[in-house]
Amino acid sequence: MKKIAGLLSAATCSLLANPVQAEEPNWDIDSAVLYYNEDDDRVSAFEPVISGKRDLGDEESLTFKLVLDSLSGASATGAVPSTQVQTFIRPSGNGTYTVDPNDTPLDDTFKDTRVSFSMNWEKPIDRNNRRNLGFNISNEYDFTSASVNALWDHDTNQKNTTYTAGINVEYDYIDPVGGAPEELTSMTAQDKNDDDDRTIVDLLFGVTQVIDRTSLFQVNLSLSESSGYLTDPYKFVSIVDSVTGQPVDQLFENRPDSRSRQSLFGKYKKMFANKDILTASYRYMTDDWGIDSHTFDATYRFRFNSGYFIQPHLRWYTQTEADFYYYFRRDDQRIPGDASADYRLGDMDAITYGFKFGRTFDERHVWSVRLERYEQTGDSSPSEAFGQLDQQDLYPDVTATIVQASYSFQW
Amino acid sequence: MTAKYHWLILGVVIAASGCSSLGVKPWERNVLAQDDMLMDTDAIDLALDEHIYFSKEASSGGQGFAGGGCGCN
Repeated sequence: MKKIAGLLSAATCSLLANPVQAEEPNWDIDSAVLYYNEDDDRVSAFEPVISGKRDLGDEESLTFKLVLDSLSGASATGAVPSTQVQTFIRPSGNGTYTVDPNDTPLDDTFKDTRVSFSMNWEKPIDRNNRRNLGFNISNEYDFTSASVNALWDHDTNQKNTTYTAGINVEYDYIDPVGGAPEELTSMTAQDKNDDDDRTIVDLLFGVTQVIDRTSLFQVNLSLSESSGYLTDPYKFVSIVDSVTGQPVDQLFENRPDSRSRQSLFGKYKKMFANKDILTASYRYMTDDWGIDSHTFDATYRFRFNSGYFIQPHLRWYTQTEADFYYYFRRDDQRIPGDASADYRLGDMDAITYGFKFGRTFDERHVWSVRLERYEQTGDSSPSEAFGQLDQQDLYPDVTATIVQASYSFQW
Repeated sequence: MTAKYHWLILGVVIAASGCSSLGVKPWERNVLAQDDMLMDTDAIDLALDEHIYFSKEASSGGQGFAGGGCGCN
């Protein structure tokens, strides 16, 4: 606390002590507005962001970032569709909603606004070492998060090689609407407790290496340990009749109370003779939930002499399902200790494609617009489907449009 | 799980080794110093994308720290 108070005083003094010859810009401002909209009346998000970096001299800087995230629309609950009308109890426990025959059950009470604030302080330790300390707090009506992070950069080899080590510790407090449900109990029982929490510790080790005058690459190893309440309190696993496949009960899902993740990330940047820039990255992730994923991402920036640029983007993602992911459970099957039908833990592929265009006026003065499509697909007709489930789409595509406008300037 | 761990560490070691033969002289850094050539160019895009994919998929992070959680996954 004392250290934070000290940092804040130092920051305030620096901010207020504006030199008389205030011609030199002291702030780098980055702002953006994102609009994300899923097809079929699912989730929509509107997200303005503003970030300001204050140069404190001698390569010391302070960065502030504020994000507002307004979500609306409907989210899949994990329950299976049926040829019959289904009724679900709202998370609050007050009231119900109905789902038409053959529709994917979506909970349309999903409306949320999140505010996130972060601050980072970077200062050299000496010519070849830098430290970056920061914190973040964010809040939604059913979720509060606080985290602190520290990063150390070490340059060697005439600053051609930079080693990075970092740690991030996050504490999340979850206070679900209606309370956190008792694991794998029936929706109709409404057996709920109050709140819960979890802690996540991330470690990052990286190397950034200059290859030649126009290219460089980075390799990072990340380790993440989560423990506590990792379940989604609003998601169901359907129990279906073992003959007809009709849902006979909805159970609140349950996930393990710990998760260990490791990922290896590599990124390459190259500027060509015509000043165009290629950026390509790959990430492999694996965890103890049985999920493995691969992410490939590439952009190519066509840069024109006038400062205009156009940048196509392609991202391809694939993941394997969690060990405890089930499309549904039959009423003659044992209910396992952990079970989730949340599509985000299933076998899936996703592709993002689009482009960004904009103009760079001069150092740190840029505007741009980004337009992309996101398409996620899984197995809609898994082999375990039977009865009425054979006619249903058990893993609907998630498709969305992403639009973002950005403006960066110095002040 | 242990075998996968070994591959990951091996990947970083391989990447980090042999690095002393690569690089440029301090006066050859004009291109690398440009904003567009920084590893975290478009940091805001990266953060916004991280939030989208964190709430639609089961993976997150890798390049840096996410900078705060959300209740979306």
